Amino acid sequence: MERAGGDGVAVQRVSLTYPPSDPRRGAGVHALAEVSLHAASGELIAVVGPSGCGKSTLLELICGLSTPDGGSIECAPAVLMPQRDLLLPWLNALDNAALALRIAGRSRVKARERAQLLFAQLGLEGFQDARPHELSGGMRQRVAFLRTLLSGKQVLCLDEPFGALDAITRAEMQAWLIEALAREPRTVVLVTHDVEEAVLLADRVAVLSARPGRVIGELEVSLPHPRARTDATVIALRERALALLQDGGCVSEPRA
Amino acid sequence: MRLGASRVTRRSLAAVAPPVLLVLALVGIWEIYVDAGSASSFVLPAPHSIASAMWDNAGFLAANLLPTAEEVVLGIALALALGFALAVAIHFSPVLRRAVYPLAIGSQAVPIAVIAPLLVFWWGFGVFPKLVVIVLICFFPVLVTTVDGLAAVDPDQLKLLRTLGASRWQAFRLAELPAALPAALSGARIALAVGVIGAYIAESQTATTAVHAGLGHEINADLTALQTPRAYAAAVVLFGFAIVCFNALALAEHRLAPWASQPRGDVS
Repeated sequence: MERAGGDGVAVQRVSLTYPPSDPRRGAGVHALAEVSLHAASGELIAVVGPSGCGKSTLLELICGLSTPDGGSIECAPAVLMPQRDLLLPWLNALDNAALALRIAGRSRVKARERAQLLFAQLGLEGFQDARPHELSGGMRQRVAFLRTLLSGKQVLCLDEPFGALDAITRAEMQAWLIEALAREPRTVVLVTHDVEEAVLLADRVAVLSARPGRVIGELEVSLPHPRARTDATVIALRERALALLQDGGCVSEPRA
Repeated sequence: MRLGASRVTRRSLAAVAPPVLLVLALVGIWEIYVDAGSASSFVLPAPHSIASAMWDNAGFLAANLLPTAEEVVLGIALALALGFALAVAIHFSPVLRRAVYPLAIGSQAVPIAVIAPLLVFWWGFGVFPKLVVIVLICFFPVLVTTVDGLAAVDPDQLKLLRTLGASRWQAFRLAELPAALPAALSGARIALAVGVIGAYIAESQTATTAVHAGLGHEINADLTALQTPRAYAAAVVLFGFAIVCFNALALAEHRLAPWASQPRGDVS
C-alpha cells in the first residue's frame, strides 16, 4: 500500500452512495464517484465544489467517520473541524481548546498549560476565560481551530471553517490560518465553496463536480504567502476554477 | 456592566411590585366578600382573622413548618437524584426505556391512599414513608425533563467528540451530563410545585407519632376542629414556603448552570 509521504493523504477512486431513507423509493444518494485526491505531508489542499457535491462526505471518509463503498483511503490520523464551531457552552475558551487533551487523559492543569502556549502564540491572549457566547464568530472559529490542532493529529480536515463569517472577518481569519499553520505545520484538507478562498490559501485546488462528486480539475497554486486577492495569478486561477465549476454542471443544478 | 444603585432599586421594585399588588388586590376583595357576610367564617375566614391566627400561633406554625420543610427538601433532593439516575439509565438503554417509562407514567396515576397503609406497614410512623410519597409524586417531572435534556444534545457535538477520540463515557461526561443538568433542575422546580402539596398528602395519608406532625397534618386537624383561621394560616405558610423554595432552586440553577440562564418566569 502506498503511504502518502507518511503524514499525507491518499484518496484512491473512492465512491459512496447513501442508502435511501425509504428503500421502496429511489436508489439512495450517490454522493461521491471515484474521487481521487492526494496531499503530501504539510500540504494544504482545497476542495471546492457546488453545494451538495459530497465535499463534507469526503472529509468524513478521510477522518474515518464513515467507510467508502469502493476505493481506498490511506492517510495519517485525521481530525475533523466541522462547519459549526460546536464549542461547549459550559467551558471557557481555554478549556474548549484543550478538550482533546482532556479526552486523551491529561490533567486539567497540563491540558490548560499546553493550550495556553498556543493561545499566546496565536493572538488569543486575554480570551482564555471567555465563555463561547461572549466571543465573536471569528474568535469562536479560532478557538475551534485550536481545539482541532491540539487533537495532536497530523491531518486536519476543515469543513468550510469560515463560511458563516462576514467578508472582513473571513479575510482576517484566512491570514490567521496561514500564520497558525506556519507555526504548527499540518497536512490540511480544506473544503470550501468559496473559490477565491481556495486559491488564496491552498497549495493545490481540487474542483469537484455536482453530485455525484468527482474531481474535474486540479489547479496548482505556487504562490508565496501572503497572497493578494488582486494578484493577477490569483484572479486567473479563480476564473479557471469557476469555469471548471460551470462546466461541471453546478450552475444548471437546481438544488442548492 | 455596572448598574447605578437607583436603577437596581427600580428594577427590583419593578420585579416585586406586580405580584405584591396582585396579592393585595385579591386579599382586599376577599376581605370585602367575607365582611359582607357572604360566607360563614367557618367556611372562609376573613384575611384579618387569618392574620391574627398566624400572629397568635406563630410558634406553633413554625414548629410544624419544620417537619414539613424537612420532608419537602429531602423529598425533592431524593426525587432529583432518582429522576436523574433513571433518566440516565433510560438514555443509555432502549430496553430499560421500554421497560421503565410506562411504569413511571403509570406510577403517577396511583392514588397515594391506596399504597399509604402499605408504606406505614413497612416503614412505620417516621419521616421515611412520607419521603416515599413525595418522591413518588416528584420524580416524574425530573425524569421527563432530564430524558428530554439528554436527548436534545446536538448530534454534531457528539460526532465532534468522537473525532477527538472521546469514549462513550467521556462524551456523556463532557457533553450530555452538563446539558442535562439545567433540564433536571427545571424538572425539580416543577416537582417543587407539586412537592409541597405532596407533603400535605403524605402527612394526611400516613400517621405519625411526633408532637409536631407537620403543617399538612395540622391543617387537617384544624379543619376537623373548626379552627378554620389557623388552617388557613398554615396554608399561607405553605404558600410562602413554596415560593421561597422555588426561588432557591432557580438561584441554584443559575449558579450551577449559568450557560443555560435566560430570562425565565422566576417568582420573587
